[in-house]
Amino acid sequence: MGPVNRKTLFKDSRSDLFTYLGVILAFIVITMLKNRGALNRSQSGLLVPICCYIVMAVSLNLTVGILGDLSLGHAGFMSVGAFTGIITSMSLIDIIPSAPIRLTIAIFVGAFFASIVGFLVGIPVLRLKGDYLAIVTLAFGEILKELITCLIVGFDSKGLHIIFNVSGSKTANDLNLLEGGRVIIKGAQGATGTKTIANFTAGFILVMITLVIVLNLIRSRHGRAIMAIRDNRIAAESVGIPLTKFKMIAFVTSTALAGAAGALFGLNYSNLAAAKFDFNTSILVLVFVVLGGLGNIWGSILATVVLYILPEALRGFASYRMLIYAIVLILVMLTTNNPVLKSLFSRWSFRGNKQESEGGSNG
Amino acid sequence: MKFLAYLVSGISLGSIYAIIALGYTMVYGIAKMMNFAHGDVIMVGGYISFIAANYWGLPTVVSIVIAMLVCTMLGIVIEGLAYRPLRSAPSLAVLITAIGVSYFLQNSALLIWGANPKAYTPVVSGTLRLFQGQLSISYVSMVTVAACIIIMIALTLFTSRTRMGKAMRACSEDKGAAQLMGINVNFTISLTFAIGSALAAVAGVLLCSFSPTLMPTTGSMPGIKAFTAAVFGGIGSIPGAFLGGILLGVIESLARGYISTQLSNSIVFAVLIIILLVRPAGLLGKNVQEKV
Repeated sequence: MGPVNRKTLFKDSRSDLFTYLGVILAFIVITMLKNRGALNRSQSGLLVPICCYIVMAVSLNLTVGILGDLSLGHAGFMSVGAFTGIITSMSLIDIIPSAPIRLTIAIFVGAFFASIVGFLVGIPVLRLKGDYLAIVTLAFGEILKELITCLIVGFDSKGLHIIFNVSGSKTANDLNLLEGGRVIIKGAQGATGTKTIANFTAGFILVMITLVIVLNLIRSRHGRAIMAIRDNRIAAESVGIPLTKFKMIAFVTSTALAGAAGALFGLNYSNLAAAKFDFNTSILVLVFVVLGGLGNIWGSILATVVLYILPEALRGFASYRMLIYAIVLILVMLTTNNPVLKSLFSRWSFRGNKQESEGGSNG
Repeated sequence: MKFLAYLVSGISLGSIYAIIALGYTMVYGIAKMMNFAHGDVIMVGGYISFIAANYWGLPTVVSIVIAMLVCTMLGIVIEGLAYRPLRSAPSLAVLITAIGVSYFLQNSALLIWGANPKAYTPVVSGTLRLFQGQLSISYVSMVTVAACIIIMIALTLFTSRTRMGKAMRACSEDKGAAQLMGINVNFTISLTFAIGSALAAVAGVLLCSFSPTLMPTTGSMPGIKAFTAAVFGGIGSIPGAFLGGILLGVIESLARGYISTQLSNSIVFAVLIIILLVRPAGLLGKNVQEKV
């Protein structure tokens, strides 16, 4: 196995290197275009959401592609990150005037809370398998969305005021804020009047950090254990890999990154409702991951960029664009899974099936 | 009395979920896929019956039959064009295709019928008043419950007694072996989709009679909830889907009445999670031990 090992290791790190280089190159090119004024308003408005969705897709790929558990509630963790991030940023606005520092703190807080929620959700979820696991993640995603819809949060000189609006009859006035206090989240309306401090550079840095975390996790001993669980749960357990521990590591990492992406996303819009993070958003990210290739990190990035821009590029077709998007989605799935085309692709691909199957076994 | 009213409305809502869940569970049982487009077939059924009844002026029964026919065709076409080529593909690829089909149906409906909600006329009007008017039960709910029970019994008899039903069960056990026994697997799967979609049309009509607004997104949330109901009762099991649907409807109605309107979906999902933790294969599902 010796020489093969070194070869696959080299291939892995080469593909990782290309991923990093590609992202950095894209950042430089886009920043140059932006500074020259080659991007119009709506185009440059897409940059931060694309970065957020890249982080979402890469982190979901960790759960779906590397751990092998289908999650349909990833947007729920994004919403936890988004709203805790917004609350943090808006509460600290007087204490820390510097936007980049506030953004960093908000992203960390968002990631922290999302990882706590991820851990709590993970305890029941990771005991289940297959479609049952998928439906429970979907359920948790919807629950998180509804819980946030019930939140009314305000901030004044006495600190945070939080009302949990179960009956649906309370409004922001019930917070009893002091003079100079501000309402941060207004229940179903979501966060309103948020100071937008997210920018493309922050998005780029977050993408790079995500890549470092995820790629290093995958190539580490822990990552190999996680992939062993994906490939054969029973075999992995019988060689002494603790299933719960490694599943939890992958899942919590994934949710923390989703929370970070959410915080950045939340601070990019002045108004944001919890309804934005519904089942459809989870599905959108899942589509990025599956079309990019399960377990393939740079594929996720590429798919996110292409599929996020596609509906915008189709804006000329106005009302037909989502229809075209749907047709493209179906056709791509049909062609990439066509047995005849598949054998053609694998003949062309420089990374053949042989290395692919040995990729996870170097240890 | 209030409790009875909530219970009645819960049972009739649950019957609708149960009819959708029956379609879901049959398709899942045989094709082993989450057919996310099922909820949108419901919506199409609602629109077709709406148009047949309101624009063409056809009698209600005829409009329901037309909706069932159109949805049956739609189900067969969707299966043939989108799912059949992916029979041997990984399950996630099929899932994404189903999502694509779902987007396709929603956006087609948006283009054809517009985004404005249509006011659906319930198929049966009037209410039955009991206890000097303290408890009112609409005739629609009674029809819904009756339809649900009839469909459940018919499906159980069909799968257990008829030749075609046996073929379906055989395909659901083992497609390869079924094919070797001379069962036409493709035809059987098509038939399952046809039955499931016809049920979706019925569910669409009843759903729109229950809450009379019709939009391109009408079917998605009931679709998700019905899938939850199917999992709740044990996916692949026909009595399970029935039980799951009714329970889900009752829990939702009671939660809405006594706890919170805003959190009713959360409570439904929380109950689902708890049930799945205690019985990982659902209420009536068989827990298959995994072998090495």
